Amino acid sequence: MTDRVLLSIENVTVDLPTPRGNLRAVDGVDLKLGAGRTLGIVGESGCGKTMLSRAVLQLLPKKAKLSGRVMFDGRDLVSLDRESLRKLRGRSLAVVFQDPMTSLNPVLTIGTQLIETLQEHLELDLSTAKKRSVELLAAVGIPAPEQRLTQYPHQLSGGMRQRVAIAIALSCEPELLIADEPTTALDVTIQAQILDLLAREQRRRHMAMIIITHDLGVVAGRTDEVAVMYAGRVVERAPTQALFKKMRMPYTEALLAAIPKIDTAPHTVLPAISGRPPDPTRPLKGCSFSPRCRYAVARCHAEKPGLTAAETPAHQFACFHPIEIEAGVPA
Amino acid sequence: MMQQSAPSADPLLKVDNLVVEYFVGGKTVHAVSGVSLEIARGETLGLVGESGCGKSTLGRAVLQLRPAVSGTVLFDGHELTAMQGDRLRKMRQRVQLIFQDPIASLNPRRRIGDIVAEPLVIAGMKDPEKRNQLVSDVLTAVGLDPALVVGRLPHEFSGGQCQRICIARALVLNPDFIICDEPVSALDVSIRAQILNLLEEMKARYGLTLLFIAHDLAVVKAVSDRVAVMYLGRLCEVGPSEQLFATPAHPYTALLIEAIPVPDPDVRPAESVAVGEPPSPIAPPSGCRFRTRCPRADQQCVTEVPELRRVAPGQFAACHHPLI
Repeated sequence: MTDRVLLSIENVTVDLPTPRGNLRAVDGVDLKLGAGRTLGIVGESGCGKTMLSRAVLQLLPKKAKLSGRVMFDGRDLVSLDRESLRKLRGRSLAVVFQDPMTSLNPVLTIGTQLIETLQEHLELDLSTAKKRSVELLAAVGIPAPEQRLTQYPHQLSGGMRQRVAIAIALSCEPELLIADEPTTALDVTIQAQILDLLAREQRRRHMAMIIITHDLGVVAGRTDEVAVMYAGRVVERAPTQALFKKMRMPYTEALLAAIPKIDTAPHTVLPAISGRPPDPTRPLKGCSFSPRCRYAVARCHAEKPGLTAAETPAHQFACFHPIEIEAGVPA
Repeated sequence: MMQQSAPSADPLLKVDNLVVEYFVGGKTVHAVSGVSLEIARGETLGLVGESGCGKSTLGRAVLQLRPAVSGTVLFDGHELTAMQGDRLRKMRQRVQLIFQDPIASLNPRRRIGDIVAEPLVIAGMKDPEKRNQLVSDVLTAVGLDPALVVGRLPHEFSGGQCQRICIARALVLNPDFIICDEPVSALDVSIRAQILNLLEEMKARYGLTLLFIAHDLAVVKAVSDRVAVMYLGRLCEVGPSEQLFATPAHPYTALLIEAIPVPDPDVRPAESVAVGEPPSPIAPPSGCRFRTRCPRADQQCVTEVPELRRVAPGQFAACHHPLI
């Protein structure tokens, strides 16, 4: 853990005006990521995980209001001008989105899109850029890369498109790659391939990576640290090993318990979380999870718990009644 | 013809050598190529496979929403493939369908009460009071308060609640058989468990038989008595859930099981267990359709289509080189 801090998200809040009132998508999030490390951000839809990643990329909707600081490699991205941001994005800060069909331009060939990125950021001449593109496509496991350069995104399968999106993201050797649900749109056997590919390239390039997902299974074996988000806030964060060994926040525990496991016997009643996440335009006074929490007491409904440290400072949770028991992965 | 496990002497649904093809731009898509299966009364059969394997097409072909090229579908002894018009409509009242996207499958301009009552109207129930009573009963059964729900529009509900409404609509005619096509794939993890539990509860309460189609093996296992694995239009393997997952015989089943991310950091993800991608169903490989991705494939797999064969009690695999 001696790595320098590459990304530091400091007290970031994102507000979105909606016809129903202000929607607080991200609520005072603090996170740090060291160079070459992998962070998993886990949460359900609407928990603010994607908005948080957009805040880091400075790709928030125009109407959104952001407060706090996003320090990347010593610079505050929030106060950076558009030109410097444009240079940074794609160069040292890259992103892979959930749906490769929407992140690739449908009317440009794969080659044009790759070569454009390389020429824009690295100022390579055409033949060098072309050569690099072929190498990149080969590196992400695309067969017959030379021929692919002349193909359009619609001629490729979903998995192949995501590989192309990853190749573009990796093309300028970024220091940080944000992968926002990179495998959600893909089939399970392809998902494993793409996650392997990301992990391999991350190690090889000593690149920092943020994996945003709703699936605790995706982060378990592939991240150094995990942050669990609920209703716009980080409710638990810990080194991955420590988190799965001992979950302290009842939401994290309930989320893991609610997933059917491969060793769940047929017709077992699943421990479902009752109710649903709170309306983000009507913030609760107390802990956002309290209406669904089986441990909640009066204080939980009245007061918002802050992040406090567990045994180690690296493991933090926002709960007045953390789970004390040593928990393995429930079967 | 392919042989099939016989879970009971009198299955509710019997699909025999069903072939469904689409014609796209002058080419033939081999969506379902000779699938045979049976579902016993009161049983849940899980059907898994990746996108494009034909599992949804199979579900629709059972309901005759998609004409079959050949093969038969016997429902409770009646041959649906030979039925048309009113007779088919009557029979369809006993078979209902629940879709993946609960919000898209509800008409946004109609009130929940009308949406859930519509199957009753179509079935010819004229008495509005009786209809309202049935709607109210079924909404209560799926965990919604009829008084609060019937007058509202779909957009006022979350995805999980919309799926409850879809389930209520499917149940209102008191069907025997429900085809659930990826019913929880669009839902969040915490809501998914609620809906799976609800389906199990409704199955017991209404005495249902289910065909549960999904791509997530763990989800399928949680609700199914038996599981059928499909790849590129053909069945690879069928067997009792526990047994199939403990001792898969088909290399594709094993691959699917291995590819599931396990929420345990001590379980290292197996590196690149999956090779390649599924070929196009327009030009499926000769012989065994999985052979292009199979580590055990040899010359026999290229030339000979493997038939479903018994590999263990109740377990059948279509493989020349099964793992057990």
